[in-house]
Amino acid sequence: MAAINRDDVAHLARLAHIEMSPDELDRMAGELAVIVDAVKSVSEAAGDDVPATSHPIPLTNIFREDVVGHTFTAEEALSGAPDAHEKRFKVPAILDED
Amino acid sequence: MSDPILTFDEAMEKYDPVLGFEVHVELNTKTKMFSSAPNVFGDEPNTNVNEVDLGMPGVLPVLNKTAVESSIKIGLALNCKIAEYCRFARKNYFYPDTPKNFQTSQYDEPIAYDGYLDIELSDGTVFRVEIERAHMEEDAGKLTHMGGSAGRIQGADYSLVDYNRAGVPLVEIVTKPIQGAGSRAPELAKAYVAAVREIVKNLGVSDARMERGNVRCDANVSLRPHGRERFGIRSETKNVNSLRAVEHAVRYEIQRHAAVLDSGEPVVQETRHWHEDTRTTTSGRAKSDADDYRYFPEPDLVPVVASREWVEELRATLPEPPAERRKRLQADWGYSDLEFRDVVNAGVMDEIEETIAAGATASVARKWWMGEIVGRAKNADVDPGQLGVAPATIVELNKLVEDGKINNKMATEVLDGVLAGEGTPAEIVEKRGLAVVSDDGPLLEAIDAALAAQPDVANKIRGGKVQAIGAIVGGVMKATRGQADAGRVRELILEKLGVEA
Repeated sequence: MAAINRDDVAHLARLAHIEMSPDELDRMAGELAVIVDAVKSVSEAAGDDVPATSHPIPLTNIFREDVVGHTFTAEEALSGAPDAHEKRFKVPAILDED
Repeated sequence: MSDPILTFDEAMEKYDPVLGFEVHVELNTKTKMFSSAPNVFGDEPNTNVNEVDLGMPGVLPVLNKTAVESSIKIGLALNCKIAEYCRFARKNYFYPDTPKNFQTSQYDEPIAYDGYLDIELSDGTVFRVEIERAHMEEDAGKLTHMGGSAGRIQGADYSLVDYNRAGVPLVEIVTKPIQGAGSRAPELAKAYVAAVREIVKNLGVSDARMERGNVRCDANVSLRPHGRERFGIRSETKNVNSLRAVEHAVRYEIQRHAAVLDSGEPVVQETRHWHEDTRTTTSGRAKSDADDYRYFPEPDLVPVVASREWVEELRATLPEPPAERRKRLQADWGYSDLEFRDVVNAGVMDEIEETIAAGATASVARKWWMGEIVGRAKNADVDPGQLGVAPATIVELNKLVEDGKINNKMATEVLDGVLAGEGTPAEIVEKRGLAVVSDDGPLLEAIDAALAAQPDVANKIRGGKVQAIGAIVGGVMKATRGQADAGRVRELILEKLGVEA
């Protein structure tokens, strides 16, 4: 089993701003460990001769020319927002970060 | 509550400062880094956005080719190596300035690395600042904190978010630790940021307007006792956004760190906020486990491969570097080292170049900018270029003097009139009735009066003591309220008295 303990999960939850109960932390530690183990099996299939990759298709330099395309109106941009004010998204003040 | 500080001299006596800078440069591409929404400053909120900038599910970023080329140009201008292969990475954090919950940046594979910049200080000393890396990333949206104490995050009730800036292409330039600057550290800090700003402006890849946030500086400062190798704990002062503020912030942090160390306490590793009004910093956020950004390669973007041919093509388009341009201009203008350095330090090199291009000689341009305008700008607490003197104005003023229509004293008065918005030099001469009295008639009357008022002096001059003439000339200038051409007055007096000059 991979070493994902309860503290790791609590740390990730804090980073992700997710509130989790003690029960949930215990359960999730076990589930994440299983997932990490599953992912780990990739390293058994790929030997040292296979370079790490971040993209499934071997492409490079996919660029866009610097030409202006479509935009939303402010109304469209804000249409899915829980709250808005003066054409801007309104969010709770977050005090613990700058 | 302000922090205790030592004087700068005391701090320097005890400690050796080490600096580091992260300078963010906004590129002036037409569109954003990963979306085709416009990159424009000052538009209505949330109008320069599309689904990519708002981080909607299922969207794919596509890299702006011009932004990559601008980034490579910046790397080359900073004497960096350009990566043959590099990738983007996700920097994960939760904060409303990015709707995606991550910033697309570069992590361990920056596009440019291992460069340097030679920085010339005000006395001509050259200091080499080593560049660790320059990487591509995207800007975040703009938050305005509402309620609580005006605009500051402490005590805010809520925040309003405008994503027009989200996704604007950025290049972040990171220095290696800068050691050995000693008491020149604040000056070097300012000169370094000024040099970066000058370079990106000269390349044409950024508007480089600090007041608009096109160039933003985070300044890292730490102190260590003299002779110690190991670095002290650093603070990072965020968003120091004018050249003067960079100098002041570094100076202040050196003084503050010195006081902390003197008290026997450890310096807290934290971000600091700069306050222009008090020229101090206040504590921001201490480094914490929230700084775990869990970078990983961006799966939605493919790697960038910069072939050597492409890099050389871009290198060939680079303009003359600012340092070389300065050497060329000094030679062209025939200024001495000291004269030229004064011009550079006063920040009027571009203005003088434009004034010469408008038709002034190099010495006339220098006389006006250095002799008149720089001092007025200082009094008004603005940069000389922002005072509003057009090169054509100087050319016109100088022509009025050369044509004998006004004298130098009047010319400075006319300049004040121009700055007060009274019109063009010619209009002001007319309005204020400033023309030099060139008709000899009124002058001769004034000369007669002056000679009659000081018969002893008149006799001395007749007797050959020509140097006594100053008193008569002075009397005439007074009578004409300074509007006479003093040289002509002198000629007429000598003529009148029948004395050879």
